[in-house]
Amino acid sequence: MNKKTSLGNRLVASPYLLWSVLFIVAPMFFVIYYSFTNSAGAFTFENITELAKYTDTFLRSIWFGVLATIICLVLAYPIAYIIAQTSSNAQRTLVALVMLPMWMNFLIRTYSWMAILQDTGIINTFLNKIGIGTIRMINTPGAVILGMVYNFLPFMILPLYSVMAKLDKSVIEAAQDLGGNRLDVVRKVILPLSMPGIASGLTMVFVPSVSTFYISQKLGGGSFDLIGDVIERQFQQSYNYNLGASISLVLMVLILFSMAFLTKFTTEGEGMVI
Amino acid sequence: MEEKIIIDLKNISLSFGEEQILKDLNLYIRDKEFLTLLGPSGCGKTTTLRIIAGFLEPDSGEVIFENKNMNGVPPHKRHVNTIFQRYALFPHLNVYENVAFGLRVKKMPEKEIKTKVNDMLALVNLKGFEKRNVNSLSGGQQQRVAIARALANEPSVLLLDEPLGALDLKLRKDMQAELKSIQERLGITFIYVTHDQEEALSMSDTIVVMDSGVIQQIGTPQDIYNEPKNAFVADFIGESNILDGIMRRDLFVEFSGHRFKCLDSGFEKDELVDVVVRPEDVEVVPAEQGMLKGTVTSITFKGVHFEIIVDIKDYKWMIQSTDYQEVDSEIGLLITPDDIHIMKKSVYSGVFGDYSSFSEEFDELSDVNEEVED
Ligand SMILES: Nc1ncnc2c1ncn2[C@@H]1O[C@H](COP(=O)(O)OP(=O)(O)OP(=O)(O)O)[C@@H](O)[C@H]1O
Ligand SMILES: [Mg+2]
Repeated sequence: MNKKTSLGNRLVASPYLLWSVLFIVAPMFFVIYYSFTNSAGAFTFENITELAKYTDTFLRSIWFGVLATIICLVLAYPIAYIIAQTSSNAQRTLVALVMLPMWMNFLIRTYSWMAILQDTGIINTFLNKIGIGTIRMINTPGAVILGMVYNFLPFMILPLYSVMAKLDKSVIEAAQDLGGNRLDVVRKVILPLSMPGIASGLTMVFVPSVSTFYISQKLGGGSFDLIGDVIERQFQQSYNYNLGASISLVLMVLILFSMAFLTKFTTEGEGMVI
Repeated sequence: MEEKIIIDLKNISLSFGEEQILKDLNLYIRDKEFLTLLGPSGCGKTTTLRIIAGFLEPDSGEVIFENKNMNGVPPHKRHVNTIFQRYALFPHLNVYENVAFGLRVKKMPEKEIKTKVNDMLALVNLKGFEKRNVNSLSGGQQQRVAIARALANEPSVLLLDEPLGALDLKLRKDMQAELKSIQERLGITFIYVTHDQEEALSMSDTIVVMDSGVIQQIGTPQDIYNEPKNAFVADFIGESNILDGIMRRDLFVEFSGHRFKCLDSGFEKDELVDVVVRPEDVEVVPAEQGMLKGTVTSITFKGVHFEIIVDIKDYKWMIQSTDYQEVDSEIGLLITPDDIHIMKKSVYSGVFGDYSSFSEEFDELSDVNEEVED
């Protein structure tokens, strides 16, 4: 490869370069800058040391994020598989249906779940009618995780579906031909070949789950603070930009580590699933 | 050859939507034979294989395997294995694991798997390739992996769908010989699909010629070549001059304005027939000594022989001869009774066998035809 790029090449790349400086490099710079300064603009580690207070919140966010991601995977895998098996017309319709909830505003979707889960909500009204009585659903960890799963499920289904739709049918037939029953075919061929889809689905659900805000406030009744909510509060209520930035920075690093772990796991896993 | 029948297809019909792909197909396959399905693209060869393998269910008709009806039995329960048109190797497994796949599914002990896989890789000359990623192999090597993978399961019937289609000519010839010798050594029934007539003629015990989902002829390579049943078979297998003739009586046929002795009988008096004369059977002689006389319209050097197009009474013949002839010269042709093959008229009569498109003066005409075909 020629290391010296021509002037033409550089000109062609310049809009992209400008874009990344404006929207990626600059915000990152500010996050790092605020993290290590106090409100007066002087250098400090205070914001970072103060984070110890939020250890529980961090752990809870990660735990909820992991649970939501696993539930999404378990739900999405068969859905994606079934969609990929249908005729190409049906596939288009089903994919549109999967994306349909995403056309609605995130806040409205979360409010509707409140209406469904409340003690006086649709489900409990029904349960009361048939004599089972009220079951506590809103303001539980389950409700928060349900909110995450509901909101982020399409991000798991879509990458899985796109990998499965591209699977070579004749490879699956070869597995059947060699004596593989349905289970063998899924375990030994479809699952390992859909690893790239699993990896990107896990990323695309885990990252927003772990950093989400609002869902927990509405469906968890404020008892299950997540790290996203803490960050939001620093900016919206306490106006402590420096602390907010430092929490974001640590969250970002955490996410980067888990991504690295995931990539390693899924690429090694390819050989292990045999 | 043993007479045990291993697969019997009875009255198989299959349609995709409106289009009927197989029409009342009847075919039995003997144990340990090398049977080839031969026909043009889209005639239903792959479809027939898929019905035998169990990937497709016929709309009507029976698939019988060693006297047992196999309709409705899924592919993984049939004792046949397939070499797919595009190999279909498992991209996430290395060569060893590809070959071991069927054995692992059967839960064979690891030690036996090892022996079997090594045997199979030795059989296809791929020793030392165990750890290789299948995507890093050449077409010919991938093909060998596919063969080893299928044979490891010890199928009684191996289905091969144009297994050599993607290989270059030299490699194809080598692999033909190799496949044939594997088949003979292991004593497995091969059902082989190809649209290459040379391949079919040189490898098969039995050839099944198909067109548009209908079997045109079943026979040994010699039968199919020397005694084609209709104009389609005559044209598809080798080169043929196909002429309109009249059977004057047994052993006498008239075509191109001349009466010939022939070896065929059993036709009605004055029955209209198709006459096949193979280009290599005709002897070129000076015009005054020929049974037929014609003008040379073109001559092409083909290596072993010249391909001469001769105009005889407005019909263009193709003749193969080792002697050069001037264009526009008059030559004579000698045709002995042995060289003539008579066929009943069929739907294919008049469609094949005229070499006018080979001749220069008909270039314009043939161009028009090609455009219409496109
Ligand atoms: N799944 C399908 N749906 C609709 N039509 C199909 C399907 N599979 C095959 N066909 C049609 O059936 C006909 C026969 O196909 P088949 O694959 O058996 O041909 P083939 O003889 O193997 O040809 P080739 O030499 O090109 O492989 C073709 O006209 C094809 O378009
Ligand atoms: Mg085919």
